[in-house]
Amino acid sequence: MLRRNDCADLLRHMYRIRLFEERLKRYYDYSGYFQQNSPEAELERSAGLLTSTLYDFASKGMIGGAVHLYIGQEAVAVGVCSLLRDSDYVTSSHRDHGHFIAKTANLRGALAELMGREGGVCGGCGGSMHLYDRQHGFLGGNGIIGGQIPLALGPAFAARYNGTDQVAVTFFGDGGANQGTLYEALNLAANWSLPVLFICENNLYAATTPAAIAFPGPDIAPRAEGFGVPAITVDGQDVLAVRAAAEEAIARAREGHGPTFIEAKTYRFEGHCGSAGHADPEECALWRQRDPIELFRSRCRAEGWLTEAEQDEIRTAVCAEVDDAVAFALQSPLSDPRHLCRFEI
Amino acid sequence: MPNITYLRAMNLALHEEMARDDRVFVIGEDVADAGGVWGVQKGLLQKFGRNRVRQTPISESGFTGLAVGAAMTGLRPVVEIMYNDFITTCMDMVVNQAAKLRTMSGGQLKVPLVIHTPGGGGTCEAAQHSQCLEAWFAHVPGLKVVVPSTPYDARGLLKSAIRDDNPVYFMEHRLLYNMKGEVPREEYTIPLGVADVKREGTDLTVVATLLMVHKALAAADALADEVSVEVVDPRTLVPLDTETIVQSVRKTGRLLVVQEAPTFGGFGSEIVRQVTEQAFDALKAAPRVLGAKSLPMPFSPQLEKAIIPQDEDILAAMGAMMP
Repeated sequence: MLRRNDCADLLRHMYRIRLFEERLKRYYDYSGYFQQNSPEAELERSAGLLTSTLYDFASKGMIGGAVHLYIGQEAVAVGVCSLLRDSDYVTSSHRDHGHFIAKTANLRGALAELMGREGGVCGGCGGSMHLYDRQHGFLGGNGIIGGQIPLALGPAFAARYNGTDQVAVTFFGDGGANQGTLYEALNLAANWSLPVLFICENNLYAATTPAAIAFPGPDIAPRAEGFGVPAITVDGQDVLAVRAAAEEAIARAREGHGPTFIEAKTYRFEGHCGSAGHADPEECALWRQRDPIELFRSRCRAEGWLTEAEQDEIRTAVCAEVDDAVAFALQSPLSDPRHLCRFEI
Repeated sequence: MPNITYLRAMNLALHEEMARDDRVFVIGEDVADAGGVWGVQKGLLQKFGRNRVRQTPISESGFTGLAVGAAMTGLRPVVEIMYNDFITTCMDMVVNQAAKLRTMSGGQLKVPLVIHTPGGGGTCEAAQHSQCLEAWFAHVPGLKVVVPSTPYDARGLLKSAIRDDNPVYFMEHRLLYNMKGEVPREEYTIPLGVADVKREGTDLTVVATLLMVHKALAAADALADEVSVEVVDPRTLVPLDTETIVQSVRKTGRLLVVQEAPTFGGFGSEIVRQVTEQAFDALKAAPRVLGAKSLPMPFSPQLEKAIIPQDEDILAAMGAMMP
């Protein structure tokens, strides 16, 4: 049963992801691996090629490296993570900001991490693709497509081993869905009734490769049925639809009935990496009409769950949270190489 | 002291550690009812039950990933990879995941995981069942690498590996499995990072690992009238007890490394580098590595012998080190 407070929380979390990422766009440079203003950099920028950035941390103190934005997919992370406890676990992909924020709400730790600061959630050792917050059950993004999927079996196994009702969730994209790790993991999870949610965010592109040429058909979920794993396809732009599917899957997992596969049809509104826009602006414009935040706002108004003013208040409050995260990150010292010795073995 | 096999010594270590700590479990192919294809897990199922002795489908990536995730969240898995050659199928879980998690997470996570796996040739199993891949793992920051050569070392080092909070690549040699040696009745551990001088000598230091330790010892005995050979077994490549090796070379002035892995790009080169940097002044002859030829292992026993260093090759190399 959805309550008024739940709606406010869902909207707040989606805004946290959206506004956090909109803000961090201001802080990274996209001159590529080349000298700024060089012909090569210009060419790269105009071609909208995907690349990472080489940034002068010390002098500019902002964000470098590869940054993969989640904007457009917020309903998926929030729909699922809104039902998880701190003691449940999540593993995620290279596009992990959304899942991290939805699970931990740790904007300060995330932004300082992206800026390579001591105050970062990993002290600057992880960066955008490797956010971790063990206390809140976030076991990392992953730089290897599909690498995070078998890892999620571990906490699920540990829950069964220790006799707890914790669950593990692994998020991956249509790209990750073509890695062999998924199928090994589905088979093991099904065989051992592990409490795992496999959440496939089908955003239609693996970097630049359209799902249309990477899959023989439009749907990924039916593959899981071959392993005897219940599979469901949901509208990934509809936070309530995602949440409803996750609710059933989580209940099944907690009761010891094993894994569920959820394919959420979604879309990223930005390019694969960095600040390049989406490779297909026309298609993107159509999807932007189904912005998960705007869809949910309309629904809240129509159902009388939240007024326009209440929604705006939430947005304003999240803006302040993001301001606070930026201020926190900027005042945090750059990561200190002297601290690296603690990792030597 | 009882005389037991290397296999039994490993098995004993697993029994002891599983009894000592409920978080320890074993996972891998054929490890439950059969007690492992090698017998390393013999009796564990009967004693500790299926929850802690997990037999898997042939999905190295899947179950090694599971073990990494379980280690991150409080358990202490011991994974068996049936042949070290098969680890290529789960290389990502070992190299990109297990090895890096502690640092990537800024120290929030630890991965107390042991991956044990037999390697080595001389068994007519050809190119995909005969390799010594230990140098790959020594090259990856974040992993410890253990290479025991005797039953005594296997038991003590496996116990330490299981108690270690870092991921450990623990490599056996199939031709050592049935080798017997004295092992105390009472419990003991051997710290990771401490070499063992298996034979004392004054003219030549031979650093050897795994099966080559025994071949080097036999060669040293055969040459005993002419050359006084010291045989040092590092026992762990990471951390490496450079101090013991350098001390030995300072005494003898000569270094020969004998390894079963290919010479080119192997771990022996690293030992030579460290000794050269730290004890160049003590060297009376150019240090040398004797290892396998750089060819995929052929099947025929005659061809196999042409690849792996044989007794006569070791004798010749030792002789050539002397004036």
